[in-house]
Amino acid sequence: MPSRPNLPPLSLHVPEPKYRPGDAVDFSDNNVPPAGSAPRPAVDARPDAFRDLAYALVRVLDDEGRAVGPWDPRLLPDALRAMLRAMALTRAFDERMYRAQRQGKTSFYMKCTGEEAIACAQAFALHRDDMCFPSYRQQGLLIARDWSLVDMMNQIYSNKGDRLGGKQLPIMYSTREGSFFSISGNLATQLPQAVGWAMASAIKGDTRIAAAWCGEGSTAEGDFHSAMTFATVYRAPVILNVVNNQWAISSFSGFAGGEATTFAARAVGYGIAGLRVDGNDALAVYAATEWAAERARTNQGPTLIEFFTYRAEGHSTSDDPSAYRSTGEPAAWPLGDPIARLKQHLVTLGEWDEERHTAMDLDCANQVKAAQKEAEQNGILGHGMHQPMSTMFDDVFEDLPWHLKEQRRQMLDEAKAAGIETR
Amino acid sequence: MARMNMIQAINSALDVLMDRDPDIVVMGEDVGYFGGVFRATAGLQAKYGKTRVFDTPISELGIIGVAVGMGAYGLRPVPEIQFADYIYPALDQLVSEAARLRYRSAGEFIAPITVRSPFGGGIFGGQTHSQSPEGIFTHVAGLKTVVPSTPFDAKGLLIAAIEDNDPVIFFEPKRIYNGPFSGHYDRPARNWSAHEGGEVPEDYYRIELGKAATVRAGEALTVLAYGTMVHVCQGVIEEQGVDAELIDLRTLLPLDIETIEASVRKTGRCLIVHEATRTSGFGAELSALVQERCFHSLEAPIERVTGFDTPYPHSLEWAYFPGPVRIGEAIKKIMKD
Repeated sequence: MPSRPNLPPLSLHVPEPKYRPGDAVDFSDNNVPPAGSAPRPAVDARPDAFRDLAYALVRVLDDEGRAVGPWDPRLLPDALRAMLRAMALTRAFDERMYRAQRQGKTSFYMKCTGEEAIACAQAFALHRDDMCFPSYRQQGLLIARDWSLVDMMNQIYSNKGDRLGGKQLPIMYSTREGSFFSISGNLATQLPQAVGWAMASAIKGDTRIAAAWCGEGSTAEGDFHSAMTFATVYRAPVILNVVNNQWAISSFSGFAGGEATTFAARAVGYGIAGLRVDGNDALAVYAATEWAAERARTNQGPTLIEFFTYRAEGHSTSDDPSAYRSTGEPAAWPLGDPIARLKQHLVTLGEWDEERHTAMDLDCANQVKAAQKEAEQNGILGHGMHQPMSTMFDDVFEDLPWHLKEQRRQMLDEAKAAGIETR
Repeated sequence: MARMNMIQAINSALDVLMDRDPDIVVMGEDVGYFGGVFRATAGLQAKYGKTRVFDTPISELGIIGVAVGMGAYGLRPVPEIQFADYIYPALDQLVSEAARLRYRSAGEFIAPITVRSPFGGGIFGGQTHSQSPEGIFTHVAGLKTVVPSTPFDAKGLLIAAIEDNDPVIFFEPKRIYNGPFSGHYDRPARNWSAHEGGEVPEDYYRIELGKAATVRAGEALTVLAYGTMVHVCQGVIEEQGVDAELIDLRTLLPLDIETIEASVRKTGRCLIVHEATRTSGFGAELSALVQERCFHSLEAPIERVTGFDTPYPHSLEWAYFPGPVRIGEAIKKIMKD
């Protein structure tokens, strides 16, 4: 009962997405600014001189597939085709590995369908030795960096070829050689780590920069805000990327604060350069990343980029999005499909056609298929023991302390006594 | 050999190592220009520069997260958490990240960081400046936990911790920063000048992690302690004239089980003392280990004297603190059993 009847009762706002299962989807009231309308500030401009960009949308490709405006990176056709191929290969890889999980060959998989432009185009804008601190949906970074698909699949299968010895959940890749930091399952933890890596690079007078990725949902983590604070305080040479794909499992972006403002606007409060970018426009993604990288390389400090995109499929193989959102959403998404848009651009330029696209898709599918065949020779999850049981204790510490040696000995003795295979 | 208190010894360890290894960086709240609220980093910024010794935002999560990234780059960060009571915002970065990085990357990325943090009570710090959270960290696979009890040990252990390629939680018992403490809070404070542990070489030396120190040999019972409690126990043993063997664990993980086992087999009696809360405290682990490994040598039940399972009270600090009265009673009980 209200204790002060002369005052209106308080009410709690609980965000609710516009569409639930069964609803007809209409995104026409989404404010999508025309391509080319966002200005491109000088690389050495102060962040407070272009705050509006945190609320705008950097777009290069228009509806006809032309590259327009100041953010057009003016890439050569060969570079555009390489980017297109990386995106297509990423999608083919996802399709194949998703199916492998459904066939029971591994426990888990996560696709990045609809978000390929983000990791792939960014990999082209970054240097090969710039350190990436990805979240779990940036497999495109590895693929665009020509990392071995077999190596990735070995990890997914936790098989004999898995460099990580079967210790990590599928898709939590790690490769120092590929400048790709070990993926954590805990969200946004990699953001302060990327800032620390970038600070270390600056302390040592290195030239390499760092980049990190998280979803819009995990901007709610303290890690995001600590990363932003440290990044601005020390002007760390880092790019912090927020992939706003609208959905964090079943929670829409409103539960991360998306109803009130943009995610790029988080930058304004920290005095960090902030950009909001069409994440399904590979050229805009490339241009924004190249611009942010140039700022970082010239000691202008960090940049926060929000990539506005849409998670076209489930969160993971353990998720069924039809249980919480309208199945009409992916098709109605107003920013289209990133692969289709880059393809259209190349066709518009007269540098591509349907025939070549079909051939490329077939070639990607074959490449993935061949890689899968090779990887499966190393085994698949759950079919035989791919790592000796004793390796469970490796790499907890550099050297095995007595208590782990003792536990290992006991485990092996008990297994032996019970007739269980240990290797 | 110089005379140092524990603060000076820690400062000396950092100085000696920073001089040898350009990859060591020191960071934390107030550690830079000012030299730390306890002065442990005094003079280091002036000597090694602002990019190797610097202040940080008040974000323990950020401090440790950034340190993990620096470690992945190849630096050897020594972050300070101003009080152990403030370490909890950094727990995810320590437990899920620093401790697991080597494991989850099969050794490709490591977190060679040493987290220094003053801990423990006896300074009227109330519930937010007195806690002993070591048991939280010994429970985590992949972390090492160290607690020195003298300036000499603090320097040698800190050097070994920083040089270690795994993450180390280095808890500094702040009650004994300036001198050993017998637990008699009503007696005049002593400083380190009369204690042999206050003799500290100015140069480099290491005390290997995982090695306990036998402070006093004896036959009647084994007392296991660390940090401030080593001195409190020593005082009680001397006052009672009991022939106890006092073992200063120094490193909680990895634990020096050999020294513990050999002692309890010899004495047949074991008292475990720590300042942290009792339930699921590190004493429970010690008690289980002694029971599992020395059961047939035991002549009396293992006893624990610990902090109570309450927050650290301010005005009732000395009722909470496991002081001479409680330790004395426990020794009498064990000897009677």
